[in-house]
Amino acid sequence: MTPDAERRHVTLPSDLAAAREFQSQLDAVLAASAFAEAELFSIRMAIEEAVVNAIKHGNQMDPARTVLVSYALTPTRFEIRISDQGEGFAPDDVPDPTDPDNLERPCGRGLFLMRHYMHEVEYIDGGRTVVMARNKATD
Amino acid sequence: MSTAPRRARLQVEEVNGVAVVNFTDKKILDEQVIQAIGDELFRLVDEQAYKKILLSFVNVEFLSSAALGKLITLNRKVTQSQGKLVLCAISKEYREVFAITKLDKLFTIKPDEQSAMDEF
Repeated sequence: MTPDAERRHVTLPSDLAAAREFQSQLDAVLAASAFAEAELFSIRMAIEEAVVNAIKHGNQMDPARTVLVSYALTPTRFEIRISDQGEGFAPDDVPDPTDPDNLERPCGRGLFLMRHYMHEVEYIDGGRTVVMARNKATD
Repeated sequence: MSTAPRRARLQVEEVNGVAVVNFTDKKILDEQVIQAIGDELFRLVDEQAYKKILLSFVNVEFLSSAALGKLITLNRKVTQSQGKLVLCAISKEYREVFAITKLDKLFTIKPDEQSAMDEF
């Protein structure tokens, strides 16, 4: 785990525009890293889904609630922790969106995409916090 | 409170009875943008009665899962009206997204506009 001293901390309101702004700022940080374009796409996709989930589903868009984000970037690893102030949930209860019975559901793919694109995805604190990480590919 | 500016999110051209649609947004992430795009797409079916719709993603760089959801709803609407929806020019990264989510089984996806037009 990356030492706390190297982590950046951001507090987001439960506002999707603010999430977009944070994503843009993080994109700039990641673009300057050693991660390849395909890896950046993966990280970007997972963060987009996780932050939106925290705001929409965790915090229910409640302006009184915030989303806490902390992340750390090293030449070989990106870690991010996203915490909402909601009631929590059980990730294992989320239906498989690739099941034929669920394929035409317009929602429910965020967690699936996060698990596909990040090397590590763990929910803690009753589902209120997701910790994700991706390691840089070695040549 | 500011709202999303009211500008057309789609460029639509009719070619041989097919509504050929290009998106004006490179990033289809924002909920308001997705809703506005959805409204314009649905109007193609509900108000303009198009039964053949080709969506070109040549200008699109980013799509969220919420945008995919809107496409699913559009596909259902088009299918229920006995129409056909074809997607084309999706980037390599998002073709993978469609593949891993098995949405490539739901949608007709072609590499470019010409091959997509051949589907009608």
